[in-house]
Parts: sequence; C-alpha cells; structure tokens
Amino acid sequence: MRRTPADLVRAEPGPAHTIEFDGRPVPALPGQTIAAALWADGVLAWRTTRVGGKPRGAFCGIGACYDCLATVDGQPNQRTCLLPAEPGTTVTTQEGHGRADLAV
Amino acid sequence: MPTSPSESPGAAGSPGVQGSPATAGAPYDLAVIGAGPAGLAAAVTAADLGLRCALLDAGQRTGGQYYRHPAPGLGATRPDRLHHGWSVYTGLAGRLDAHRESGRVDLLSGHQVWALERAGERDWRLHATTGPAADDRATVRAAAVLLATGAYERQLPFPGWTLPGVVTAGGAQAMLKSGLVLPGRRIVVAGSGPLLLAAASSLVTAGAEVPAVVEATNYLGYARRPGVLAAVPAKLVEGAGHGSALLRHGVRLRRSSAVVEAHGTDRVTAVTVARLDAEWRPVPGTERRIACDALAVGHGLLPQIELATELGAATRTTPDGTAALSVDARLRTTVPGLWAAGETCGVGGADLAITEGELAAHAVADRPVRSALLRRRSRLRAFAELMAASHRPGPGWTGWLRPDTDVCRCEEVPVDRIREAVEELGAGDARTVKLLTRAGMGWCQGRMCGPAVACLAGAGAGTGDGSGSGAGPEEVRPDSRPFACPVPLGQLAAERHPDGPGGPAS
Ligand code: FES
Repeated sequence: MRRTPADLVRAEPGPAHTIEFDGRPVPALPGQTIAAALWADGVLAWRTTRVGGKPRGAFCGIGACYDCLATVDGQPNQRTCLLPAEPGTTVTTQEGHGRADLAV
Repeated sequence: MPTSPSESPGAAGSPGVQGSPATAGAPYDLAVIGAGPAGLAAAVTAADLGLRCALLDAGQRTGGQYYRHPAPGLGATRPDRLHHGWSVYTGLAGRLDAHRESGRVDLLSGHQVWALERAGERDWRLHATTGPAADDRATVRAAAVLLATGAYERQLPFPGWTLPGVVTAGGAQAMLKSGLVLPGRRIVVAGSGPLLLAAASSLVTAGAEVPAVVEATNYLGYARRPGVLAAVPAKLVEGAGHGSALLRHGVRLRRSSAVVEAHGTDRVTAVTVARLDAEWRPVPGTERRIACDALAVGHGLLPQIELATELGAATRTTPDGTAALSVDARLRTTVPGLWAAGETCGVGGADLAITEGELAAHAVADRPVRSALLRRRSRLRAFAELMAASHRPGPGWTGWLRPDTDVCRCEEVPVDRIREAVEELGAGDARTVKLLTRAGMGWCQGRMCGPAVACLAGAGAGTGDGSGSGAGPEEVRPDSRPFACPVPLGQLAAERHPDGPGGPAS
C-alpha cells in the first residue's frame, strides 16, 4: 500500500462530507479547501480562460495567482485554494470572466 | 486533537472587525503584518517587552508559509513530520497564546492588509479586507508598524507551464501541509533554489514518487565560500536532512538542467528536461523526456514588499536579482515608523526571520539587544546572500521560450506580443510593455509574470550582462502595486466615503 500524506501525519480527521462539483458529489474532509478536495478527487482543472478557453486549476496554492478561480455557491471568481469546502458547497467550472468587481 | 496551541477562532471571532475594540479603541503600540516566523517572533518579543500589539495575517492560522500546517478538522496528530523545527513554531505559538490571554496581543487572522496609511507622527492606519462584502473591512491604528509579509515564489515561464498539473513548488508544499493532498502521484520538481529540495523531500515522504529534482544551477556557488558555510552548521544539517530523504527514496538530482517544456493537452503527462550551460541556455541535443502527472516548479522567492514601496521605502537589489527593503542595523526602513523583518529584507529562511523579528521588536521598543543576536543575524544574512548569488537566474533562460508561450498567465499574453512591444514599438521597460500588452495587468497584478516581463523588456531579474564577470546585478526596481491585494470595490467606496452606506471606516 502506498503511503499517503494523511498516514505521514497520522491524521484522524472528522467524518468526510460532500461538496458538489459540476453536478456530481465530491468528498471533502473537514478543514480542507475546495481546491484540496478537488485535488484529492483527481480533479486538476475547474476554470477555462477568457481568451484561449484553456483549462486551469490551482497553481500557487496560497492565494497569489488567481488561477484557481471558480464559481462557488453562485459567486464567480472565488479563490478555491483559500475557501474551505463546507458541507454542501456547490462549485461550478468558471468559463471566462465570471464577473470582475475587484480593484487590482 | 489540536494541531498547534495557537488555532485561531478565525476572523468572525476575532477582535478588529468593524466597530470592535481594535478599530475603535486606543491605537496599538505596534502592528505586525504577517504571522509567519518573523512576525510571530516580533509580536511575542514586543509583548514580552511591554508593548501592546496587533498581529495581522491574511490566513486563518499562524505560522505563515513556512510553518503552514493542517486545518484542525484534519486531525493531524503528528504535524511535526511535515516540518523542520516544528518545536520552534510551537514554542512561539505557545508564547503568543499566553500574550493573547493577558491581552497584550490581539491576533487578527483573516485580515489581508491592502494599504498602509501614515496619518501622522506615530499614527498609522492599516486598511484590511476580511471578506468579499462591502462591510468585510477593518482599519487598525498603531503607533509603529512592522512588515513581516514574507515572500512569494519567482516563476519563469516555459512552454506548457499553464497546463493543469503544473504547480508552484511552494504551492505543492502548501497544499500538502494544509490540506494533506498531492497534485499527482509522479511529480517532477524543477527550477532553482533550496526550496526545491525541501519540496521534493516533503513530497516523497508523503508518498509521491519524484522521478527527478531538476536544478538549474550546479551548486558550485556554495563551494566557493566555504567559510560562510562553516559558520552556519544548522543550515548544513537541514540540507543534509533533505538530501538523505531524497537518497532514501532514490530521487535523482539533475544539476545544471531545466524543464524546458511540459507536455499534455488537458493536464501534464510528461516534461522535457535539457542541460543548461553556465548562462542557463539550453544545450541542444541534451533533451530527455520524463513521464509524470504533475510538475512542481519555482525559481527562488521574491520579497513581498509592496505595502512599503508604495510609501516610498527604499529597496536594495539582492544577489539573486530581487528587490528587498533597505533596512539599517535596527531593522528600520527608510519610512519613519516602519520596520521590517525576515524575507521582506531579503530572502533568508526561518532562522534568520525569527532572529530579525526579535531584533526589530527590541528596536521598536527602544531596548538594547544582545550582541549575540546581532552576530547571529549577520552570520545568517551572509549565508542568505551566498545562497541568493548561487541561484541567480542566468540570462540564457529565455532560450527555452517559444513565440506562443504565454508569459502572463492571467491575460494570456504570449512571448511574441511582448517581443513585438519591445522590438517594434520601442518599449524599453516593464511598465511600458505592460501598458502595451496588458502583461501583468490581470488578477495577480504581475506576481507570476513580473520577473519574466522585466527580463524580456531588457531590465530586471536575471537578465545579467552575459559577461559572467561577477559584477553586481543591475538595479531591480520593485513592481508598483497601489493595492497589495485586489480589494472589493464596495470596500474601497466605503473607505473613501466613510459616512456613506458602508458605514464609518474607523
Ligand atoms: S492557486 Fe493561486 S490563488 Fe489559488
């Protein structure tokens, strides 16, 4: 059996819950971010770019690159590497702009 | 089972949100921005010396990137296994808890500071965002400010670097440390700098297969100054620790090499590695393909200093071509009342950051410092500068670019559009290139593409003069970012019209 990160730190997590990604259930552990839950499920992309329509997912993992944006509970442009996966969170692949209302 | 003694209840339970004591009450003696090694050490030391402090951090847990650890819900009973020097962190966190209890320190987690305002002599206002809504904002007042915002990773583009599965080396580590997840099973680690060995060793210990660590330099830079190395034995032990983990797992270190292309359509499936000459130019005919399902890549760290540079703080150019804050022996920046510690003064690791945090706290409190602490700082700084010099990107890296390689990930601006702006439209600096091409104008504000754009524009990190003469690097100017992070427009409007619908700002 392959070692996992959870084995390494002897994790005894609380019970898993479920989030919804593009209409299908994805398991999440308490405390994981949305991006972490998606990685754990083998999903690496949840956005397509505005110009080239290319797939993107988490890149920097710490909130700096904004590549991991998705629509979360109807709100576009959410950084999934920062947002905790709460029970019942709905995540949809974001195509293009979403809605940009941040000053940068 | 708590993962550390210092879990915060989060922004909702913290003071410092709108209208709470931190915004409405008496100003703090010191506001520390960043709760990583430098900021933690500074806050607890300042509190030991009698100062009342606010410690602000954008994240929900203390420790910063270096001591990033699993969320409490994940129930990690051995978080120490992901860290060197975990007991150092728990020591600092325990002291912080004691000071929070006695009311000396308010920990404001989930507070991302986007601007510093100097309202007068010993009168600072820190403007922070705490969430997406117009009311998710706070203003913190303090007599002095210490910037301990750390660093973020320097990226150099290559064909295929925007594919899913290509992640930053620090990002792979961050997701592992906080969420206990990996981007793939077979992960190539590439780029340059000591972080690569640390990342590779965490990844293999956590169960990933790492077919290769691909490092652009040959590490000879270290060997040239053995005296500096001998003075910092702890550093060597740490390096050897990573080395033995890598050996045990059969990880191959390929020096003087780089990933020059990532392959795949919807996600990375393989990379091409090539040898580099001393200037980091790929050597034709040396390419070999390595199958993988993820790539963790990074080229050293960049100090995160825009809160200070927007106020006109002077910077210096470090030996690896980054801009860091200029500070004096008391860790004062050139802006009165603004101190800095750790990576903001030049990347040097956690030990140095903690030392500087302690020093800066003494300086703010106007107390004398032990000379041993000063000696420790200069020893660790010397080592940091040496490391920086050996990992400075060579000018030849642009040799692995293709005309259609995206340089700016946010605005999808390829190499040929940037070259056109420089060669045909005469843009001579990164700022003009940015205006002409939109490179660096997207969400990340140029954090991912800044060094590459500066280099292609003929200035900045890693261009060098190609002579290899050993002359100091050219002056690097920090990127301009009026806001240190994107701010919801409703919050900005509320700041500007304090009595408007958003309510008073302070
Ligand atoms: S992965 Fe970079 S912001 Fe989320």
